Amino acid sequence: MIRLLRGRPTAVPLLGDALGPRGKRRVRVASFVAGVAVAAIVGWMIKGLMDAGQFAGRLWEPFTDSNVLDFLWVGLLNTAKAAALAMVLAMVLGALLALARLTDNRLVRWPAVAFIEFFRGIPLILLIFFIAIGLPKYGLGLPPLWALVLGLVAYNGAVLAEIFRAGILSLDRGQSEAAFAIGLGYWPAMRLVIIPQAARRMVPAIVSQLVTLLKDTSLGFVIPYEELLRRSDQTGKYYGNILQALVVAALIYIAVNYCLSHVAKRLEHRQRRRLGASGIRVAGAAEDLAVLSAQAQNHNT
Amino acid sequence: MQVVLDNLDVYLEGMRTTVALTLLSFAAALVIGTMIASFRVSPIPPLRGAGAVYVELIRNTPLAVLITLFFFGLPKAGIQFDSFFVSAVIVLSAYTSTFVAETVRSGINTVAVGQAEAARSLGLTFPQVLFVVVLPQAMRAVAAPLGSVFIALIKNSAIASIIGVIDLTFVADQVANDNPTNAIAAFLGSAVGYLLLALPSGWAVARLERRTAIKR
Repeated sequence: MIRLLRGRPTAVPLLGDALGPRGKRRVRVASFVAGVAVAAIVGWMIKGLMDAGQFAGRLWEPFTDSNVLDFLWVGLLNTAKAAALAMVLAMVLGALLALARLTDNRLVRWPAVAFIEFFRGIPLILLIFFIAIGLPKYGLGLPPLWALVLGLVAYNGAVLAEIFRAGILSLDRGQSEAAFAIGLGYWPAMRLVIIPQAARRMVPAIVSQLVTLLKDTSLGFVIPYEELLRRSDQTGKYYGNILQALVVAALIYIAVNYCLSHVAKRLEHRQRRRLGASGIRVAGAAEDLAVLSAQAQNHNT
Repeated sequence: MQVVLDNLDVYLEGMRTTVALTLLSFAAALVIGTMIASFRVSPIPPLRGAGAVYVELIRNTPLAVLITLFFFGLPKAGIQFDSFFVSAVIVLSAYTSTFVAETVRSGINTVAVGQAEAARSLGLTFPQVLFVVVLPQAMRAVAAPLGSVFIALIKNSAIASIIGVIDLTFVADQVANDNPTNAIAAFLGSAVGYLLLALPSGWAVARLERRTAIKR
């Protein structure tokens, strides 16, 4: 039994059990060939950049200057500010919309459905353009930060509403039936029974939506809002090192998002270990990969 | 709404561009994404590593950064495409391929290990195990989530407007600038265009999800 468990290499879940001597030899040969191929591609890219003089110290030097670093740091802070404001407001809006969509009252439900489907179905950048370019034509101009936040809140509010709704609906009907049976009304049942359980299932999906939201703040650069992408772009234009500036911006985004995704994954693992429950998945929120893999695990069990 | 009707041909042309961007990018993303997913489940470490690096780097970079990097940054290194449209398709397919790869990979993982083990114990070879037993089952689990990736791509394609591709979003801007008093209608026209693409796709995905659901 123990040998059987050990014999399953975690790295190759698909193949089932450990490879025999011939298989191992073949993997070694293939690994060598693939390693050479990957090294060749990476080497070719590096050589291309070298030949174009893109590794010249002059082009990277500005990023050791504390003024430039401060400039970018403020950009990152502005990104974080927009993301934090938008996330908090979108959670509130999403919760209200989800509850509205779950009630029996049509006068409440239908507007919520219309709002959710409309804002979930259009591109965020169209919405941001509308707020930044369309509204000022009616004298309704907003400062760039709030134009960006408003767009993010409308879009993510709609997406989060669907995540919340799916979380609430994913609970067994017996939970709400039992709550009503012991005499709780709609709101007490929601507050004491449904929401505490649903909330735990939603955490991974919410964190991955936060990653998406953080990435979407970069759309602010068209408004223009002084966030990380815009400030990197300006740095690149000023020092004539646009490629390097954008690579630095990309690396910062990658580092931040990678950490956040990692947190999401850990939360999800912990949740699955504790509750044995799987996350929820919302059609349309395609970027919810943590949730997607939760569903995958669900199929497996 | 008169302004939309007056410019209907412009909107239709923009919609055509949006559809073309979406379909071409999705086709390319399916091919690249499936290839990356097969790298990531292969027993060959360099391929697994390369697949993981590709996915993590591209997925965690905002699309706006990717497209500016590609369009304004890479020409400095001598890589340049004259067509805005082609540039947009390359960036959108690279970005979408990471989501396709993760979807396909988790789809492959949904197939219980016992299936592959049973196939092997029957004497099937590795390609047979993969193509006859594992992938057909994985496809069921993957179909609906891939549909969601497609819907996200319809909306993501709007990013192409910032490098000058004349898609639905670009058209909204243009019409709003030409008709400042009707800006709301101008943007609504494009919004309706996107909804005409996204909502039916959403229904199709929901239907696909019901039909491919595996009751275990």
